[in-house]
Amino acid sequence: MEQELKYVDLVEQPISMHPKKFALWLFMVTVVMIFAAMTSAYIVRQSEGNWLEYDLPQIFWITSGIVVLSSVFLQYGYYSAKKDNLAGLKMGLIGAVVLGIAFLIGQWYSWVALVDEEVFFVGNPSGSFLYVFTGLHALHLISGVIFLIIVLISSFRFQIHSKAMVRMEMATTYWHFLGGLWLYLFMFLLLNH
Amino acid sequence: MSTASVASHESAHDDHHDHEHHDNFVTKYIFTTDHKMIGKQFLVTGIFWALIGGFLSILFRLQLGFPDMSLEFLRPLLGGWLDEAGKLDPTFYLALVTMHGTIMVFFVLTAGLSGTFSNFLIPLQIGARDMASGFMNMLSYWFFFASGVVMFISLFIPTGPAGGGWVVYPPLSALEQAIPGSGLGMTLWLVAMTLFIASSLLGGINYITTVINLRTKGMSFSRLPLTIWAFFLTAVIGLLSFPVLVAAALLLIFDRSFGTSFYLSDIYINGEALPNTGGSPVLYQHLFWFLGHPEVYIVLLPALGITSEVIATNSRKPIFGYKAMIISMLGITILSFIVWAHHMFVSGMNPFLGSIFMFLTLIIAVPSAVKVFNYLTTLWRGNLIFTPAMLFSIGLVSFFISGGLTGIFLGNSAIDIQLHDTYFVVAHFHLVMGSASFFGLLAGVYHWFPKMFGRMMDEKLGYIHFWLTFVGVYMVFFPMHYIGIAGFPRRYYSWTNFEFANMYTDLNMFVSAAAIITFAAQFIFLFNFFYSMFRGRKASLNPWRSTTLEWTTPLHPGHGNWPGEIPAVYRWPYDYSKPGAEEDFIPQTVPLSATPESNLPHEQEQVKLEMEIMKEEEEVLVANESKH
Repeated sequence: MEQELKYVDLVEQPISMHPKKFALWLFMVTVVMIFAAMTSAYIVRQSEGNWLEYDLPQIFWITSGIVVLSSVFLQYGYYSAKKDNLAGLKMGLIGAVVLGIAFLIGQWYSWVALVDEEVFFVGNPSGSFLYVFTGLHALHLISGVIFLIIVLISSFRFQIHSKAMVRMEMATTYWHFLGGLWLYLFMFLLLNH
Repeated sequence: MSTASVASHESAHDDHHDHEHHDNFVTKYIFTTDHKMIGKQFLVTGIFWALIGGFLSILFRLQLGFPDMSLEFLRPLLGGWLDEAGKLDPTFYLALVTMHGTIMVFFVLTAGLSGTFSNFLIPLQIGARDMASGFMNMLSYWFFFASGVVMFISLFIPTGPAGGGWVVYPPLSALEQAIPGSGLGMTLWLVAMTLFIASSLLGGINYITTVINLRTKGMSFSRLPLTIWAFFLTAVIGLLSFPVLVAAALLLIFDRSFGTSFYLSDIYINGEALPNTGGSPVLYQHLFWFLGHPEVYIVLLPALGITSEVIATNSRKPIFGYKAMIISMLGITILSFIVWAHHMFVSGMNPFLGSIFMFLTLIIAVPSAVKVFNYLTTLWRGNLIFTPAMLFSIGLVSFFISGGLTGIFLGNSAIDIQLHDTYFVVAHFHLVMGSASFFGLLAGVYHWFPKMFGRMMDEKLGYIHFWLTFVGVYMVFFPMHYIGIAGFPRRYYSWTNFEFANMYTDLNMFVSAAAIITFAAQFIFLFNFFYSMFRGRKASLNPWRSTTLEWTTPLHPGHGNWPGEIPAVYRWPYDYSKPGAEEDFIPQTVPLSATPESNLPHEQEQVKLEMEIMKEEEEVLVANESKH
């Protein structure tokens, strides 16, 4: 019995990452794979010809700016939480949530712009792909907004501070990831359009 | 001194556990977060689906082997799917083939195999209390359950379940007008698969997180049992490939229900032109097989991992080439992602691309052969103990060889022109992937049954089950090679329409009869499984005299697995028949310092380090004690 309970550590400790944070990273890997599949499908399909050419909605430039700005806000909130500046944390979170919603509205207007251009969801795959990219990304962004709102609520309950940062860190990571994902998609569309 | 502190520690833990786990029926058996119970849930559900999937195959084997037979006696079950003469409806035949494939590949050999053993064994073998997230683990099972409910319902709707083959290629699967099986049945198929993918991803994220973050002290990656390596890599493959199937399915859903044209172009049905233009059906094949091929290894790797463990234990020898095993599994994992187009040699793909994929495909023969070689050399001159689990593991190796060899032919893009979509393919993958993985699953059940239920399965029934199944599988699938080389295509309703196929009628009858006997033999297992669960001989703590951590738990481990501290690990998991050792196995929990008689020179070096660390630990314990 005594022998069983002795500790020995001949090797380095396992990677010491918070399991939930690690799981979030793995989840982001799956999201990357979905979009990697979608964008490669786009390239494969495009190379076969019969491809409708149209202009990308200009509003994408604005929504890209919004998404970057929201990440800046959230990062500010993150640094504030680390320094126990709760007012700054709330401001950062609220800013990120509001800008996130603004981004979603902007994406909706990109669809309006596409319809004005007579590019519909049903029709040549070239247009359908754009709807799928933006729609699928918006769906993930909604999950990010919900996550931020949950963190915001807990920040009002004083549950986020320099000694309880796990959720805030996860929210920040996920949000930056979603912003980066949009920038990738936009860049991809600019290059392969 | 230290003993006292340890004892107080232990009792504190006991209190903790008594306090926490007063489970009622619902939290213990239904909405449980205990990985062991979730593993058993996956197993029982997997067995249920295996019976349905097997039964469906018997139905279409009856049609293939005895085309003139009246199935009137099945009317109560099949109802309108039989015509007046008692013959099977041809579209229902397609649905049967489709559902057999879907159920066996996804529900039985993915969820039933990975779900059962990854859940059950990962925490037990790495020394963890539970999975990283018990809640996500519970969700994983219930998503799988919901997926099963949807799939089950689809079996009973008037238009029948999905009928486009388990690969559901568009345009056949995208157009409701095409066949009855592309209607509501196909929609339900897509819904069920979406739920299934969610389940797999939840499970997979958990497995990876747990293996990386929750290993006990001393359990380095180079001391992990090969089962854990296999489950880990399986989860990685699933994590990378299932999202791609989501993408493929999503576009298919849009094509089916919203009128987009991702996969559809220039199609006429009954002389009427469809509005879709600009789609590419080959695009679907690329997306599908990017999952589809790794899926083969999702199915196979856990079975190979289980086999490594069972063969080493029952040969009383260390596994031959532990590192080579890991490297070849890593190789298989990586290669599995860059060979998908060998399923598409005749899809109109660029032949030059075909040569590249052929080359990459044939490279997989190398790690596979390394694994086979290592199994055989582990068996070579071992003190073999033929438990049922051992027999099934050896059976797996046999199928892996005989089925793998035909893979070399199929991987050649030129030979594939003749063999593509014939019964040669059916024979190949049923041996190498289907039967091999199924045998891995059975070996795992026989081997870990004592840990799951605290009782032993009956060995004699196990032997009967093994021999009937082993001989039966070869009887079923070996003749198919000949039929395939003759050029007979798979998924065809009837053999008698072609002159060249007529001479195979007898052979088909033989195959069907063998299939029925093999299926019937599974009921021996079923009886053994459920009977032993309640009435089996009580198991000892370590019935197979195995080295791994799960056998250090109590006979009926509670939620948390070990009543006291989690044991630390001091050595690799394959110290069987070590020269000089008293017993023919040394558990992973025995320190090197306790076995000076059997230590190798480099291990003797490690003993010094081990002693130092133990001393430090003791000091920490004493210091903590004085603080109290």
